[in-house]
Amino acid sequence: MDIQTWTWILVGITFALYIGIAIWSRASSTGEFYVAGKGVHPIANGLATAADWMSAASFISMAGIISFGGYEGSVYLMGWTGGYVLLALLLAPYLRKFGKFTVPDFIGDRYYSNKARIVAVLCALLVSFTYVAGQMQGVGIVFARFLEVDRTTGVIIGMFIVLFYAVLGGMKGITYTQVAQYCVLIFAFMVPAIFISFQMTGNPVPQIGFGSSGADGVYLLDKLDGLHRELGFHEYTTGSKSKIDVFFITAALMVGTAGLPHVIVRFFTVKKVSDARKSAGWALLFIAILYTTAPAIALFARTNMIETVSNQPYAEMPQWLKKWEKTGLITFTDKNNDGIIQYVANKETNELEVDRDIMVLANPEIAGLPNWVIALVAAGGLAAALSTAAGLLLVISSSVSHDIIKKIINPEISEKGELVAARLSAVAAVCVAGYFGINPPGFVAAVVALAFGLAAASFFPAIVLGIFYKRMNKEGAIAGMVVGILLMLFYMLKFKFGVFDGGKTAVEALKKDWWFGISPEGFGTVAMVVNFMVSITISKFTPPPPLKVQEIVDNIRIPSGAGDATH
Amino acid sequence: MNSEQQKKYWKENLKYLAILLSIWFLVSYVFGILLVEQLNTITLGGFKLGFWFAQQGSIYVFVILIFVYIKLMNSLDKKYNVNE
Repeated sequence: MDIQTWTWILVGITFALYIGIAIWSRASSTGEFYVAGKGVHPIANGLATAADWMSAASFISMAGIISFGGYEGSVYLMGWTGGYVLLALLLAPYLRKFGKFTVPDFIGDRYYSNKARIVAVLCALLVSFTYVAGQMQGVGIVFARFLEVDRTTGVIIGMFIVLFYAVLGGMKGITYTQVAQYCVLIFAFMVPAIFISFQMTGNPVPQIGFGSSGADGVYLLDKLDGLHRELGFHEYTTGSKSKIDVFFITAALMVGTAGLPHVIVRFFTVKKVSDARKSAGWALLFIAILYTTAPAIALFARTNMIETVSNQPYAEMPQWLKKWEKTGLITFTDKNNDGIIQYVANKETNELEVDRDIMVLANPEIAGLPNWVIALVAAGGLAAALSTAAGLLLVISSSVSHDIIKKIINPEISEKGELVAARLSAVAAVCVAGYFGINPPGFVAAVVALAFGLAAASFFPAIVLGIFYKRMNKEGAIAGMVVGILLMLFYMLKFKFGVFDGGKTAVEALKKDWWFGISPEGFGTVAMVVNFMVSITISKFTPPPPLKVQEIVDNIRIPSGAGDATH
Repeated sequence: MNSEQQKKYWKENLKYLAILLSIWFLVSYVFGILLVEQLNTITLGGFKLGFWFAQQGSIYVFVILIFVYIKLMNSLDKKYNVNE
């Protein structure tokens, strides 16, 4: 069977599975819609969190980024896993004990203020919308490349699937589809990795193959370092970014991960505090399987690619190169007309442009794996994109129906009314996300990376202080969040978009003006520190929180008596 | 649980956090970033050690840290009788 047929079969089967699960796990109350009735088993929640967290970017783009960046790619590996240690130790158990439905719920109650709640809702919406647009775009890309469907149709198909199970099942439906999606995506990621690791090193475990030698007895990493030196690239195992920037980017990604509302809310779905801790552990274990494999794939793919194309005649290139050339992800221009591919670091003489996403999408073809393995990658990419999109859409819809409608506009709304509002806002959110997926504004990709900075600069300090610093009051927390997020937005606009200096073209020249040499991606760490300092300083000069709030803090520090969710 | 005991429970919890987060910081920021060149002079099979910590080792340690935390907290909860 050809790749096309295999892809249709696998995508069809997985989609049918997701729909089946959605019908089986309909939500009938707001508790089930927002937090799956708080009865999810910790391992199931770990699986769901892993799928929720690993997006189209983790699945499709990350290995490619590492493949081209080498050591520098480590910021994503450490940043996107280390955040779970913060989540497990500093946030998840306490937020579960608090026992409400959303992150703005916690901020609003802990800081006894609807102003604080509104600031938190706005931050949650800002972070989630930028993120979800990227996911729908990912769905479109997978459909376009593997099934030769037009991108718009692809996004619309994806919208219907997500709409179906998110609107029907709410958090309950999403949780169990995410469990299935994790299984699909990890299988799709690991099978090619195991095949290729075995092919190149004789060891089927990619994490070990990563540090092994090929048939010629030379360690793969040493060989690639050598190839890189020869072609003028910087060494694979060392970086060219400044140490301070690597440090700050890693920290921003870690803290941002811990502050993402769609991840935090997953820990509200388990029965008790000890289950919240456990599910953080399982989640990171399941994530680590992919995250420790990705750098191995990066190495294999990079070595394979350079050995296949470098200084070889174009006429003798394998089928896959021609196929991906059609999609525009690989372009070859024979600058010196010798018919041979010169792939080098020097931009003047380099003849081959390769898109980073190729490293995962085309990897099985490059290694000559069977057609069903190639088709599996499409199903995995879709699972990764859809699971994350669903989690984000739930945060958006509960922000609207619960935090805004129920808590601020109309507290008298009946449970049935709130459930209808939740479903309607999920429909609206899917439509907006789909629109951005079809007409991606040029800045989406850039903003997705910065969503972490925004989460780090706003939520993380407010939540941590709310738990660990009893004296923290509403004045301090609100000031900290507002200053943190504005500072981050300012730095982003100035250095990422160049709005104050004549637009995007000015960005390159502004690099030398970065504060302390920190890139916009790493600036979230600075904004977070500023948030902490502002919050603590202001709280020293303003009245302490009321006794009732101090009792809430005492109460969330003790794990027993978590009970069911209360409104 | 009286407030005296509650304070003691919280203090022990904070002590665990301090120890575990120090290790978290050490394997990622110190081994994987700050001292990466020095550690890269040591090799572990085909890996330079600093590079290994940045792309593999730190992640393994993170997973272990959370499971150790779960174990520590479960027994602490039991000791103070706040487990469920």
